[in-house]
Amino acid sequence: MNRNPSRPLSPHLTIWKWGPHMLVSILHRITGVGLSLVGGFILVWWLVALASGPEAYATFLAWATWKWALIVPIGLSWAFFQHLFSGLRHFVLDIGAGFELRTNRFWSIMSLVGSVVLTIALWVWIIVVRSA
Amino acid sequence: METPLAQVRGLGSAKKGGHHWWVERAVSVATLLLFVWFFVSLWRLPDLSYAMVREWLHGTFAAVPMLLLVAATFWHIKMGLRVVVEDYVHDEGNRFFWVMIIDFAAIFAAALAGFAVLKIAFTGSPA
Repeated sequence: MNRNPSRPLSPHLTIWKWGPHMLVSILHRITGVGLSLVGGFILVWWLVALASGPEAYATFLAWATWKWALIVPIGLSWAFFQHLFSGLRHFVLDIGAGFELRTNRFWSIMSLVGSVVLTIALWVWIIVVRSA
Repeated sequence: METPLAQVRGLGSAKKGGHHWWVERAVSVATLLLFVWFFVSLWRLPDLSYAMVREWLHGTFAAVPMLLLVAATFWHIKMGLRVVVEDYVHDEGNRFFWVMIIDFAAIFAAALAGFAVLKIAFTGSPA
């Protein structure tokens, strides 16, 4: 490829002023990569352990519920909700709606708020309600 | 001075971009719906013990959606990671390498997970 090295290439994170829409956009990619690598690995591990027998499944459950590793499922659930909400936002943008500055900013912020609220609600339910 | 643009100018597009774009959206919707089904199903189980989950996944209407979930999820992963690599890996050789690694890894993971579901569905519940 003939390329002029003085022309900028993405990512442009360092040269733009940050806004909620930019944060949501890059979080969509970061959470997507995280869910792919960590979530994909855990999904395969869970299914293969379940197919392999009670010992393999017990090993999986011991890791999955180890309290010092709880940051992984909590982080994954936040990444899932954030990716879900910004994904829904992208569906709306894909039909050509929601590009007005205020609307775009509002739903960007709502996706950030929604993912945090749902993550807290989920873990309060798991830790307080389900294990009570 | 000739740039690579000269070799493709006048040929038009490959006419596949629009279809690929729709496939990305359709697989995203499928992944979303199947994960809603998956989490609701897990939530409805009394516990997540080995016997309970095996018994559940042994059923046709759990095993089939789970196979679809595995297929949709790793297809979505394959397409999504590819977009990230295509945007941020600028060297052509490196980009080719990473796209191929992603394709191989996603297909291998989907095959492992799919085989596990089929094994559970066809070998019966241990309970």
